[in-house]
Amino acid sequence: MTFELILFYIFGAILLGAALAMISVRNPVHAALFLVLAFFTAAAIWLLLEAEFLAIVLVLVYVGAVMVLFLFVVMMLDINIARLREGFAEFLPAGLVVAAAMATVLTLVITRFITMEVPERAAADYSNTAELGAILYTEYVYPFEIAAVILLVAIIAAISLTMRRRPDTKYVDPATQVKVRREGRVRLVSMESVSRDVQKNKSRPSKSRNDESAQDKNK
Amino acid sequence: MITLSHYLVLAALLFSISVAGIFLNRKNVIVLLMCIELMLLAVNINFIAFSFFLQDLAGQVFVFFILTVAAAEAAIGLAILVLLFRNRSTINVQDLDAMKG
Repeated sequence: MTFELILFYIFGAILLGAALAMISVRNPVHAALFLVLAFFTAAAIWLLLEAEFLAIVLVLVYVGAVMVLFLFVVMMLDINIARLREGFAEFLPAGLVVAAAMATVLTLVITRFITMEVPERAAADYSNTAELGAILYTEYVYPFEIAAVILLVAIIAAISLTMRRRPDTKYVDPATQVKVRREGRVRLVSMESVSRDVQKNKSRPSKSRNDESAQDKNK
Repeated sequence: MITLSHYLVLAALLFSISVAGIFLNRKNVIVLLMCIELMLLAVNINFIAFSFFLQDLAGQVFVFFILTVAAAEAAIGLAILVLLFRNRSTINVQDLDAMKG
């Protein structure tokens, strides 16, 4: 048994174990974490297959972005786990039968009919990333651009689906703040100027001296 | 020596496990989405195995695009899920029968 085969069996066992744990644990957060473990081991298996770039992409994009999104949603939603687990035992036999039948048939077909010679390992100075980039930006450049558009559509769809305007928040729109001009806030009123004595006599001609001083304090 | 069948059987087992997961967790939309991600991973292992054994990089390019589409799918699926939870306060598949005739 070669070292590569031992590595393959170790990572394969962890991968299948993580997948089994993912579908059977009670808590969705634990399920997401087991899926992260499955992605890590799958990346290791891809490394055995000399797909270094995609292995790194799997860790960065899936573990780093998609699974964090999953965990974020799982933790944000207040889910009643007990109700979601109803019917787990009920569908267990059916699920096991379907999965076992599928695995048996697939394994039989694969082991009987598909054989290929194992190719030579690539040289030490072979760069998978450079080779992939060389065909991705030439032969597959249009699909590549379509993939970019798909990601743009996904961004727009996700934002427009989840964005909502809430009238009860005290949010201030920066655009309206920037647009404020002096004319909108300040009003200058031109008034005739009058001297103090004249004003007193004019406004309260009949009142006594005491009343006048009290009124001045109130002013 | 690791043969092609090793990888293909591993991917087939992974795919079967995720099919069983869809059967078992048919009430919980989040775990259903995770099972779909696992299925895509199994398919990607197949693609990469064939890419290596045929010495053809087209398989890896295909996996690249599958990863892109899967990321978009996960983002939109989770956005719909959040919207669903906001409007119905549940993600139980059984309660989502508004369009039932």
